[in-house]
Amino acid sequence: MIRTKVKADTEVANGTVSAIVMRARGITKHYGATHALKGVDFTIKRGQVTVLFGENGAGKSTLMKIMSGIESPTSGTLELDGEEISLKNTIDASQQGISIIHQELNLCANLSISDNIFIGRDITGRGGTIDRASESEAAGAVLKHLEEDLSPDTLVADLRLGQQQIVEIARALASEARVLIMDEPTSALSGNEVVVLFRVIRELKAAGVAIVYISHHLEEALEIADRVVVFRDGALVAEADRADVDLNWVITRMVGRAADDLKFELREDYGDVALSLRDIKIVDQMNTSRLAVDGLDLDVRAGEMVCLYGLMGAGRTELLEALAGRLPIVNGSVTVLGRSVVDETVGDRIDLGMTLVPEDRQRDGLIPSLSVGGNIALSSLKAFVKGFWLRKRQMTDAVNNGIRDVTVKTESEAASIDSLSGGNQQKVVLARVLLTTPHVLLLDEPTRGIDVGAKAEIYTLMTREARRGLAVLFATSEVGEALNAANRVVVMSKGQIVGEFDPRKTTREQLMVASGETAARGKAGAR
Amino acid sequence: MSATQAEPKKKGLITVRGRSIDVGGILLEGRAFIALIVLIIMFSMLSDTFLSYSNVLTMSKHVAINAFLAIGMLFVIIKGGIDLSVGSTLGLTGIVAGVFLQGWEIDSLNVILYPQVWVVILLALAVGTLVGWINGYLITRFEVAPFIATLGMMYVARGAALLISNGKTMPRLQGSPELGNEGFDILGVSRPLGVPMQIWIMLVLAIIAAFILTKTPFGRSVYAVGGNERAAELAGVPVKKVKIRAYMISGFCAGIAGLVTASQLTSAIPGSGETFELNAIAACVIGGASLMGGRGTIRGVLLGAFVIGFLNDGLVNVGVSSFWQTAIKGVVIIVAVIIDQAQQRIKSTKNAAIAAASGSSASQTTEISDQTAVKGG
Repeated sequence: MIRTKVKADTEVANGTVSAIVMRARGITKHYGATHALKGVDFTIKRGQVTVLFGENGAGKSTLMKIMSGIESPTSGTLELDGEEISLKNTIDASQQGISIIHQELNLCANLSISDNIFIGRDITGRGGTIDRASESEAAGAVLKHLEEDLSPDTLVADLRLGQQQIVEIARALASEARVLIMDEPTSALSGNEVVVLFRVIRELKAAGVAIVYISHHLEEALEIADRVVVFRDGALVAEADRADVDLNWVITRMVGRAADDLKFELREDYGDVALSLRDIKIVDQMNTSRLAVDGLDLDVRAGEMVCLYGLMGAGRTELLEALAGRLPIVNGSVTVLGRSVVDETVGDRIDLGMTLVPEDRQRDGLIPSLSVGGNIALSSLKAFVKGFWLRKRQMTDAVNNGIRDVTVKTESEAASIDSLSGGNQQKVVLARVLLTTPHVLLLDEPTRGIDVGAKAEIYTLMTREARRGLAVLFATSEVGEALNAANRVVVMSKGQIVGEFDPRKTTREQLMVASGETAARGKAGAR
Repeated sequence: MSATQAEPKKKGLITVRGRSIDVGGILLEGRAFIALIVLIIMFSMLSDTFLSYSNVLTMSKHVAINAFLAIGMLFVIIKGGIDLSVGSTLGLTGIVAGVFLQGWEIDSLNVILYPQVWVVILLALAVGTLVGWINGYLITRFEVAPFIATLGMMYVARGAALLISNGKTMPRLQGSPELGNEGFDILGVSRPLGVPMQIWIMLVLAIIAAFILTKTPFGRSVYAVGGNERAAELAGVPVKKVKIRAYMISGFCAGIAGLVTASQLTSAIPGSGETFELNAIAACVIGGASLMGGRGTIRGVLLGAFVIGFLNDGLVNVGVSSFWQTAIKGVVIIVAVIIDQAQQRIKSTKNAAIAAASGSSASQTTEISDQTAVKGG
């Protein structure tokens, strides 16, 4: 890897290589019916930090996965130094000098820091054995460069989340790549660690490395940017030099879209409190030494739509899953229609009228081996049991009613669940949930990964149910949805409620600031 | 569970608990060793002959056979798989050795081949390795679950052994000087320096295996694949190749076990090695390997093999009925796993305590949750 870099340097000195290191031409990517990228042209320049902005699902991460060989494009080409390349896998990419820091941590917790940094590109000594001393020394040097006071022999399982992210960064640095992609590298870092990372990025830039940087912290990203690129709905919508733009420019281009202007009819007169939460504390399952939700109070009334808005890791998913009964609640009370449910199982909570539409539809929402009808009936089988028998006809009638009610586009209730588009699959989950006649409806990112038209339909259904008297609590990370489809927006950050907003009197910017998306990190640096 | 875990952290009882945990931790770490000592003391008190030279010799031979299988099995278990075919592979490789030692008739050429012993050994090991390769290929190429693929190969290999031998035992494998193929009994009968050959082979195999696991890039890849397959793949580890090689090593080790077993009896029995795969898995688990992958050591596996072997033979020695033996072995395995789970839990609690304490000064312990929450945000 070192050799490649030196070669590139000399070629630049000789003027044989242009400033553009890597180029993507007309990249499209389809996942089933979803078009994640719609013909993107994108360039990365030597010695520059290119920052990508865009909401969740805008296509940034997908493009980066394609450029680093993790996924292959449906169509379009990649060029490196003007030559077309095809990346079959990450090994290919790293041999070409392209390295990526993944959004989600990809470490082997059972191995040491040094093992994790050098796995896949082992330093070997005599007889092909691992030269642990050299590896440890090199790993130590990188850690020192990142000002992290850790022994390279520490097990990754013993590190806290932020330190694990440092290991990811260290691994990318040790690869001496000339194209370095950083997808949300700072999500778990403290303020000081971010400062150090930025210093390192500037050094890499000076050494001629091309860097792509993605972050939800807009101001932080602008601080390090040389060039700014904005994605929306799978397309590159704007591109400019950092000097020519400001935060407002970025936000306007990130959000402004027609579909967001949909307004939903919401009820104004609420009923009694249907769901009441007091001092909820939930342990983070990924890192049991911290709390994912820390002392949260919230009431949702019948007929009210409440939106939980926040960044990834704010604790929204943990809260909703704990309410549904999937995660244990350490402390606090949850009452549904005045009855405490903390000790109840998932099934009992459904019977009591509280049920969840989970975030990951494919993994947690649907059973792929069951038909559309089978999936819809799943939560209410008890209602159709007589003696030992399942009353099939009655069940089929109920399922067909459900399909009509939420307008699932399917051939029949017997169709395979895979034959449906993402939006229709989500409607199947909704139909199942509604068949249990709930009083409290919990939804986690109900429109993730579905197209704009279907998003509006899902929200129309949700607001209809609210008007019928359900208490609806949904989580989203899309500002447009938060502002248009809720009576009240509750902003979560770091496991706590940091603000409550009336969407009619609130701007996008206000929400983004409250969630920490655009705020400076402030206290975060406290050690 | 989480509730009880979270409590002590928040109260900052770290140091107190840390100390009490450490004692338990040491006991837990060395549990296989302690179990072995306890077994030896217990059986030697119950039986005069348990520690006699001849009994120790017999037991160590049994231990060695199980250790061969368990050492190979460990590679597969660390990478996050399982190999149910090793017992059958043991039987098959023994039969393959038997066929060649008794003379391989090629009808069309009207000759009978009597290969030299070292050729026979290589051929048998090659067959064992081939079975492993098929396992690995099925698992990586066709994405058959390891349990199913190796279950299938367990039957295929046993069937092959029965077909080749026609279901009969192949006796008299000592060879003859006229044919130049004698010496097969060295593997299982000879006793260099008074120690059975099996034990020497076991030690050499264990040293080589430990070297591969701890010193080579391949060994590290095995741990990485078992720890986090996706991370390993993204880091550029050739995951499929690593998996196939792990199964090949397991098959190779089963081949050694097959040869030694056949040599020990100077006859090859098509049914030998039945249910041995379960003993091998038990040895790995007792030795601290995790069936979830990513964890396990050769040292632990050897201890595990000794525990299983001594337990088996000790119970026979003191005259416990074979029905009870089976039940007791089952209980030991379950207890080993329960202890292992407890150890993992204590470790993660301890980690949490360390993470909490890393706030450097004592006054910060109360702010732990805040601090980490900020970083996690």
